Amino acid sequence: MFQITRSAPVYDVVIIGSGAGGGTVTKVLTDLGINVALLEAGPMLNPAKDFKEHMWPYQVPHRGAMDGGASYFGHGRAFGFFSAHAGGWQLDGEPYTVAEGSKFNWFRSRIVGGRTNHYGRISLRYADYDLKPYTRDGIGTDWPISYEDIAPYYDKTEAFIGVTGSKEGIRSAPDGVFQKCPPPRVHEVLIKKAADKLGIPCIPNRLAVITQDTNGRPACHYCGQCGRGCIPASNYSSSQVQVFPAMKTGKVTLITDAMARELITNSEGKVTAVSYIDKNTRTEKQIKCRTVVVAASCCESTRLLLNSKGPGHENGLANSSGTVGKYLTDNTGFSLGARIPALEGMPRHDSDGMGGAHLYMPWWLWDKKTDFPRGYHVELGGGYGMPGIGSFAGVCAQHEGYGDSLKKAIYEDFGTHVGFSGRGEMIPNKDTYCEIDPDVVDKYGIPVLKFHFKWTDAEYKQVEHMEKTFTDIIETMGGTVVKRDRPVESKISVGGDIIHEVGAIRMGNDPKVAPLNKYCQANDVKNLFVADAAPFVSNPDKNPTLTIVALAWRTADYLAEEMRKGNV
Amino acid sequence: MSLSRRSVLARIAAAAMAGPVGLEAAQHVHEAAAAAATTAGGLYKPKALTQHEFDTLKMLCETIVPGASKGSAAEFIDLLSSQNPEMAQIYTGGIAWLDDEMRRQYQSDFLAAKPEQRTEMLDKIAYRKNRTAELAPGIRFFDWARRMTVDAYYTSAAGIKEVGYKGNRGTKEFKVPQEAIDYAVKRSPFA
Repeated sequence: MFQITRSAPVYDVVIIGSGAGGGTVTKVLTDLGINVALLEAGPMLNPAKDFKEHMWPYQVPHRGAMDGGASYFGHGRAFGFFSAHAGGWQLDGEPYTVAEGSKFNWFRSRIVGGRTNHYGRISLRYADYDLKPYTRDGIGTDWPISYEDIAPYYDKTEAFIGVTGSKEGIRSAPDGVFQKCPPPRVHEVLIKKAADKLGIPCIPNRLAVITQDTNGRPACHYCGQCGRGCIPASNYSSSQVQVFPAMKTGKVTLITDAMARELITNSEGKVTAVSYIDKNTRTEKQIKCRTVVVAASCCESTRLLLNSKGPGHENGLANSSGTVGKYLTDNTGFSLGARIPALEGMPRHDSDGMGGAHLYMPWWLWDKKTDFPRGYHVELGGGYGMPGIGSFAGVCAQHEGYGDSLKKAIYEDFGTHVGFSGRGEMIPNKDTYCEIDPDVVDKYGIPVLKFHFKWTDAEYKQVEHMEKTFTDIIETMGGTVVKRDRPVESKISVGGDIIHEVGAIRMGNDPKVAPLNKYCQANDVKNLFVADAAPFVSNPDKNPTLTIVALAWRTADYLAEEMRKGNV
Repeated sequence: MSLSRRSVLARIAAAAMAGPVGLEAAQHVHEAAAAAATTAGGLYKPKALTQHEFDTLKMLCETIVPGASKGSAAEFIDLLSSQNPEMAQIYTGGIAWLDDEMRRQYQSDFLAAKPEQRTEMLDKIAYRKNRTAELAPGIRFFDWARRMTVDAYYTSAAGIKEVGYKGNRGTKEFKVPQEAIDYAVKRSPFA
C-alpha cells in the first residue's frame, strides 16, 4: 500500500460556529455544491442521547435540582437541568470580565447547533421602519439594506425552517410564509379578551415550530418541551435542520472542540488560515481557507477579530474603522405575572402545546407618541406546566403551614398563573461595548472580552411602560398585581440576560464607520464575512434569530456568487 | 447513568421518533423504572443522615405533605445532603434544633413525642409571623423542609397525578377543551 503525502488541504470556505448563522451558511453553500469546513467550539450533538425530551423529573434521583441540590442555592444549569443547551452564563476556564460599574451576563452554548438547540424559537420579521431607525426618528443609524432586500430571504427562511403564524397586516409585524398556529390555551383566550379591550393586538405566535410535515421533519407533537430539544426535529435548530442534513451531502468537514483563536492573514491582507485550539489536546492547529465566514456569535466573533492582530491591523482584523466591539446592544427585558381567579378550579386538561405561547402581542404604538423611542413586543406565559423543582415555591411561601391545607392550596394554585415578558429595542450608546481585556486570558491562552454596559432613559422609560401595560392587562383579566415600589434599575433585565446580543461588527455604507459592507463582507478583508448578529445595525423589538438566518442566507448567496466570479 | 435509566431513555427516544407517546404507556415505563430503582436495595439506608435523623425527617415530611413517602421525600433530601455539606448542615442542624426544642418543652424528642405535642411545635415553626429569636432557626429549617418535601412529592408520579398534570404526551392535534374555556370565561370579567 502506498502512503500518499499531501500538503494540508485548503478549504474553499471555513465557517466558524455552527449556530443559526454558521448552520445557515453551511446549508446554503453545500446546497450549491461548495465544500466547507465547519469549526465548532463544542462537541458533537446527539439529540437522541443528549435531549431530555419527555423525561419526567422522577427519572433522575435529584428530580432536576441537580447534584447536591445546586438549584436550591442558585447554582446549576441555567434554565434548569432539562434544558437542551450545553453552556451557561459562566463556562469553566473560559471567563469574561465586566468593567467596574457595569453589569453584563454572557450566555454561551458550546455544542453543534449552539444556542439554537434550546432557544425560544420566536421568529419575528423586522419591520420596514426597523431597518431605517435614523430616518424615522433621528436616533441611531440606518441599515445599509431595506426591508425589500431582506424580505425574499425571510420568505426562504420561513419556508425552509417552518414558522407558525397568521396574516395580520400589521406594519410593526410583517406577515410571512406561515404554518398554522395551534389554538390559544384557556389563559391565552382570557389574555386576548383583555388585550382586545385595551386595544392591544394579540395574534397567533410566530414560532419556529412545524405544524405540518416539512422537508422530512414530522409535525409537532405538542409536548411543550421545545427548550429541552426536540428529538424528531419538529422545531428549528441549526444542528438538526441544517448541519446534519448538510453533512449527508459529504461536503462538510466538521471539526468539533475547535476554539478559534486567530485569523491568519497574508501580505495582501487576506485571511489564509484559521488558527484554533484543539480542546482535546490543548494544541494549536491551523486550517487553510480561501474564504472565511465568522459566525461564532456576536461577541465571540468580535473577540476573534480583535484578537487577530498583525502588521497593518494592530487593532484587530477588519477594524480600520475602530468600531469593532462598539454599538453592542441587548434587548430590554421585564416580566410580570399574577394569579387569575377565573382559572381557579378549571377542569384539568393537557395544555402543553408548542414549547412557547400560542399568542403574542406585537408592538402597537409604532405610529403613536410615547415618552421613549421605539417599542417592545409581549410574550405570554401560563398553563399547566409539568411540575418541577420550585413549581410551588410561591404557594409554599404565601400559604405557609403544612398538611392537607397546603396540599389543597397547591392543587388550587396549579395552572392559575399568567406571565408577561416584554422584549424591547435598546438604543446603542457609547458606554456599551466590548473590548479585549489586556489582563486576562482563558485556559487556552486566548485573551478574553471585557464588557461595558449601560441602560439609558430610553430603556428605563420603556420598561416602566411595560409594567403599566402588563398591570393593565392583568387587572382587566380580574387578576391583582402586588404593587412593589422599587427603582427602575432593578426592574430592567441585566445586559445580556435576554441573550439577544447584536451589533459590535456592523454593516454599513461607509467603510470609515462600518467594518462590513451591505453583504456582511469585511471592507478591509475581502475574503472575510460575518454571519451572526454582529453585523446588525440596530436591535429592534424582535428576537434576532430569524434575521440572523435570513441575513446569513443572503451573505452565503453573495459569497457563492463572488466565488463563482472569482472575486474572492 | 444507570442501565435502567438508559433503557428508559432509549424507549422514550424511540417513542418520540415513532410519533405520539401515550401518557399511560409512558407513565407505566417511568413508574416501573422508578419503583425498580427504589426497591432494588430493600430498605433505604440513609447516606448523609443518621438513622434517627432520617426517621425524624421522614415523619416531618409526611406531616408536611401527607403521602410524601410516596414521593420518597426523605430519601430525596438525604441523597442531596450526601452530595452537599451545606445541604446536610441545614438538615442535621435543623433536626437537632427540633429535637432539642421538643425535649425542652415536652421532655421528649420529636419522634417519641405525642402527636399533639408535635402539632403544637409545628404550628409555631410553620409560620413566619411566629418569628422570635428562639424560634427563628426552627422557622428557617421548616421553610427548607416544606419547600423540598413539596418538590419531592410533586415531582413524583404520585404527586404529578394528584395535582392533575395531564401533559407530557404526544398528540396529533392540539385542542383546548371547550368546557374549560367556557368555565374560565364565565368566571372572568368577560362573562
